[in-house]
Amino acid sequence: MEYKAFLIKYAEIGTKGKNRYMFEDVLCKQIKEHVARLGEFVIRREYGRVFLEAESAYDYEDLIAELQKVFGIVGICPIVVEEVVEFEAIKNKAIAYMKECYGNKELTFKVNARRTNKAFPMQSMEINGEIGHHLLEECPNLKVDVHHPDIMLNIEVRNQVYIYSQIIKGAGGLPVGTNGKAMLLLSGGIDSPVAGYMISKRGVELEAVYFNAPPYTSERAKQKVIDLARIVSGYSGTIRLHIVNFTDIQLAIYEKCPHEELTIIMRRYMMKIAEELAKQNKCQALITGESIGQVASQTMQSLACTNEVCTIPVFRPCVGMDKQEIVDISEQIDTYETSILPYEDCCTIFVAKHPVTKPILEIIKRSEEKLADVIDELMEKAMDSIEVVEAKIEDLTK
Amino acid sequence: MEIYFDNAATTKIIPEVREIMLKTMDVEYGNPSSMHLKGVGAEKYIRYAKNAISKQLKCEPKEITFTSGGTEANNLALIGIALANKRAGNHIITTSIEHASVYNPVLYLEELGFRITFLNVREDGKVDLEHLKESLCEDTILVSTMAVNNEIGTIEPIEEVAKIIKGYNKNILYHVDAIQAFGKQIIYPKRIGIDALSISGHKIHGPKGSGALFVDSRVKIKPILYGGGQEKGLRSGTENTAAIAGIGKACEEMYLHLDENRDKMNQVKQVLIDGATQIEGVTDNSGEAPHIASLSFRGVRSEVLLHALEEKGIYVSAGSACSSNHPAISGVLKAIGLEKELLESTLRFSFCEYNTVEEAEYTVQALNELLPMLRRFTRK
Repeated sequence: MEYKAFLIKYAEIGTKGKNRYMFEDVLCKQIKEHVARLGEFVIRREYGRVFLEAESAYDYEDLIAELQKVFGIVGICPIVVEEVVEFEAIKNKAIAYMKECYGNKELTFKVNARRTNKAFPMQSMEINGEIGHHLLEECPNLKVDVHHPDIMLNIEVRNQVYIYSQIIKGAGGLPVGTNGKAMLLLSGGIDSPVAGYMISKRGVELEAVYFNAPPYTSERAKQKVIDLARIVSGYSGTIRLHIVNFTDIQLAIYEKCPHEELTIIMRRYMMKIAEELAKQNKCQALITGESIGQVASQTMQSLACTNEVCTIPVFRPCVGMDKQEIVDISEQIDTYETSILPYEDCCTIFVAKHPVTKPILEIIKRSEEKLADVIDELMEKAMDSIEVVEAKIEDLTK
Repeated sequence: MEIYFDNAATTKIIPEVREIMLKTMDVEYGNPSSMHLKGVGAEKYIRYAKNAISKQLKCEPKEITFTSGGTEANNLALIGIALANKRAGNHIITTSIEHASVYNPVLYLEELGFRITFLNVREDGKVDLEHLKESLCEDTILVSTMAVNNEIGTIEPIEEVAKIIKGYNKNILYHVDAIQAFGKQIIYPKRIGIDALSISGHKIHGPKGSGALFVDSRVKIKPILYGGGQEKGLRSGTENTAAIAGIGKACEEMYLHLDENRDKMNQVKQVLIDGATQIEGVTDNSGEAPHIASLSFRGVRSEVLLHALEEKGIYVSAGSACSSNHPAISGVLKAIGLEKELLESTLRFSFCEYNTVEEAEYTVQALNELLPMLRRFTRK
């Protein structure tokens, strides 16, 4: 079956009152950007619905996969088009369509016609009846059930006729660009790309920050983070990735502060830098991949300690998830394989054998005072040496 | 400044090699098996390369088979000889410090039912010849040892090994992995008693994907690839003319200046070792090969030092893989009795004739700057 058009279904956008048009505009723009490299397509908005029509040859599987990456779409209905607006032609097309889609399976159906082209002589109810009648004759495996049909056969009579019955599940959420922008702390692990994906799904644009520590981390570790940002950008759109050289700060903490508090103090400074970057780049919130209790720096007490340095909201969408649940999402969004590449940083010398799991804020703050004479300068230096990479999905294979 | 001290990993292609390769791509691009002139033109390059290599090995051109590299040459030698000679016996001897491209084919042969002995290595990095004598038996069909160790540069006693084997039973076949030795020293396999010898092109300024296996014409060997029967049936597949021409030219160039090259590399090596071992806590594990130096840096993880040197434009490799990701720690470093703490603190510096003494001096200077800094931050 050759599909020339697609009905794009969206859910929550429809409920946003007067903002609805803004949401639809953004959705159409997002769809357009996503499908641009797959062929020539026209996006039309009609009666509160969005149609995507192919104007050139395209690969069906690729197109569906791409549309499934667009946040805001809940369903994609592939449409067969009949250009001859006459009953005989519509009937034949509908029968052929049903036979090809459902074969000999024993199923129930209902015809749901819609006539926007008032020049067509039959009314919707008449079309329902006539098409249903012919289908029953031609396809002995089909039965009518007007209340709970297995198949809802939609026939829309316009300047041409649209026939569709299948709904392919979309990513859901809200179109990116309808809910501001946030700064993602991206580490190269499994959790942070998932966290970025989840927040972006609510319509949020992303920027990201990575803390690099050469020579304790390698060029490959950095490349891996860039690749992760590129994969996530396949959903969220381009991500500006800020790469901060964190080595000197890390070494200062290592030399001056109690070793078992190193990770927690380090994370506090990362959050400070991230917040500063967020403000500079007009991001309204931070995103991290933290999950309660996953590691020593993510116990409730540690999270509270880390959070204390931030004044803007910090979103932690993985906070209540088990590792396996996070892994499942990372596999589904295709970041898992990259996340587990073994270019783990050589930071192991910095990791205490017994890090604090219940840090007390006052004690941590007192430890940080030992950095007082150097930290401002180091922070400034780190902020000045930032490298920015525009992470785009199309650069992933480069 | 960019200093490439990782020539045992791979080398850059020299202009002479690039030039001849381009000719096989632009002009003589024919299939050497084609009957027409375009095929004949391409075939010439293969004859040329066979002559160039056989001249250095003092063997017949027909005893050279081109492969996709050192790995394939080792695989072909081990699997091909074992399978062709299994009626004579099922015992194979190799050493505990071989490259993965020998070690893993041998494990595969073990799966097929061959019995394998892994020879011990002495503290000087050389294969234990007494162990070899004890291990030889009437079932032994094949012995494989390396000529130069790739991690520390020990020159292995291949002549003695050959004498012991052939003295015990002249029908036992001897394969030598000469990938780190070829182009850096003279080896005449037929005079020593070596029946098969693997070489690689990209270690001697030739292209990656080029290699060759010498097999004495009296040796029975089976192919591991089946197809159009090129290379007298031993290595099917359209000949990679560019790679073959490249390895031939690289071989010719290397041996043209062999003594000069060795002197240059030895100088660089010596300056580096002398300078580095002046620094406290730096020890030398190097063997005699002119192009490989192995140094241990107490209190510094090799990966961290590697990346710190990289920031200064110096490229080297880790003497052994980072244990957090690769549980297998270097066989030869363990074999020479390096203390456990130093296993993860060892780097390999490997040279070619284009390296200079200045580069070695710069590296010593970099080490002098980096080591005190990095040692401040060891794991608490």
